[in-house]
Amino acid sequence: MKGLKRNIDKIKPHFEKGGKLNKLHSVFDGFYTFLFTPNETSRSGVHIHDGNDSKRTMITVVIALLPCCLFGMWNIGLQHFMATGNPDREFFTLFFYGFFAVLPQILTAYIVGLGIEFIVAQMRGHEIQEGFLVSGILIPMICPVDTPCWMLAIAVAFAVIFAKEVFGGTGHNFLNVALVTRAFLFFSYPSKMSGDNVFVKLGGTPAVDSYSGATPLGQLASSTEGAVTITDVIGNPLSCSDIFFGLYPGSWGETSTLCILIGAAILLLTGIANWRIILSALAGGFCMAAVAHNWASPLYPVSYLAPLTQLSLGGFLFAIVFMATDPVTACRTNPGKYIYGFLIGMTAIIIRIYNTGYPEGAMLSVLLMNCFAPLIDYCVVNMNIRRRMRRITVKNQ
Amino acid sequence: MNLKKTFLPLFNPLSKDNPVIVQVLGICSALAVTAKIEPALVMTISVTAVLALANVIISLMRNTIPSSIRIIVQLVVVAALVVVVDQVLKAWNYEISKALSVFIGLIITNCIIMGRLEAFALNNRPWPAFLDGIGNGIGYGIILVIVSFFRELFGSGTLFGCQVFPQWWYDAGYQNNGMMILPPMALIVTACIIWAHRSFNKDLQE
Repeated sequence: MKGLKRNIDKIKPHFEKGGKLNKLHSVFDGFYTFLFTPNETSRSGVHIHDGNDSKRTMITVVIALLPCCLFGMWNIGLQHFMATGNPDREFFTLFFYGFFAVLPQILTAYIVGLGIEFIVAQMRGHEIQEGFLVSGILIPMICPVDTPCWMLAIAVAFAVIFAKEVFGGTGHNFLNVALVTRAFLFFSYPSKMSGDNVFVKLGGTPAVDSYSGATPLGQLASSTEGAVTITDVIGNPLSCSDIFFGLYPGSWGETSTLCILIGAAILLLTGIANWRIILSALAGGFCMAAVAHNWASPLYPVSYLAPLTQLSLGGFLFAIVFMATDPVTACRTNPGKYIYGFLIGMTAIIIRIYNTGYPEGAMLSVLLMNCFAPLIDYCVVNMNIRRRMRRITVKNQ
Repeated sequence: MNLKKTFLPLFNPLSKDNPVIVQVLGICSALAVTAKIEPALVMTISVTAVLALANVIISLMRNTIPSSIRIIVQLVVVAALVVVVDQVLKAWNYEISKALSVFIGLIITNCIIMGRLEAFALNNRPWPAFLDGIGNGIGYGIILVIVSFFRELFGSGTLFGCQVFPQWWYDAGYQNNGMMILPPMALIVTACIIWAHRSFNKDLQE
């Protein structure tokens, strides 16, 4: 590390004011602060800074995402070899099959997204803020494994430009960039984003006869006779532990409840995610699922799921742990966070159950509440002002 | 100089005072009829005709209309013209009038028309009012056609109903962008036009 630092310090003057590479200052600064905490001291205002700046916050989130990410890659391999009739491959065969299946998508997301961020930062003469570090890994994880890279590139470009850069870049976006990418894909190319043929990578190999690539929620949403048993890709019923560990098809990051819980623990222990949002979202989802389960009807087959199963299927947990807690787009006030989280949980389950056109509602509910977050904050702040005003007037009388 | 001043109402709305991207009027119909170029063109012609004629008629009557009931008078004039346009379309181009369905009738509520009647025709002589109507109609049309060009090209892969992207693109995995057909994308394309327009006309930036 010391040698690296010495070398970088040596080339640093070239990028300072007056240096010959001054134009690329923001690019250099981006990489420099990515590697080392900047040793600049503030000259005015607040003098004590947390060493944990936004870049290190982002890295922590990426670390929290790793269990889901690695498990997802292995799961892609598992689903592939199950669907093609060779489930007994060894661990690394499965893992590397999945790894190479998603590598192009991860690269596409990072190259396009970071490319746009770098260009915009250069144009505006800003520092580069690596807000995209997390989005770049999140985006492939919430998309089906078979999403073509060119679609991903268009969607990432759209989301970074229209959801983030036009509002002023990292920290100014009011919508979650990863979810905007997914929403764009979902509404633009529905045939590649939902249905039975996108969540399992077959890679041209013929599937076994009993194969069905539908996700558990997809199976339920398209069923017509009420309560059905959900099955894995070759038609065996899914047990509770299968659901908990995530051995079923889906967008590859979101299936494993266990890995998401590990990620959530990392985020909560490091204090990066807010427990109020996660807790109230779980409560909201659980209440709504319980209500729906109590009055289950054959018209809405998803309502037959037991509340806990309901919460661990699909992208619900992933969305509330990694997306609802995004500090930029969530509510800032503490009471607001409870309301925000609760409504996310509730609307996600409502959309999932009562709108059979959308098998999963987590994406839409988080985006919806992102839009309402400023309003919730405004109301909370005003309530507080009014309460204190009343106290003053009562005292004065 | 004098000539330029005479034709100012005609040319100003084309860019500097464009009804859609500068005055921000008529956005709803810009979202509704721009999925294909052809309906957008017909809509442009209809709005231009209604706007020009309504402007002339209101301008002729401007000194006799009591200010308290002027909105009602304007509405009656516009409604009569819209009915005429609707009937003409039904007679001559039934397919398009089907495609535009209710939006021809809704020209009455198009804010450009009321906006121009209120802002221009009530205070100006018939000839400038006529030019203003034509100018604003065309200014509206330019935006509609640009928006519908992008929406039809990327949403359906066609222009004027003719296939543009070759079949082998589709065979290689290209897909039309379904969101382009949906109204939200019209807003975003319009926003892009405003973005480009403002970056060329710095004086319009707020």
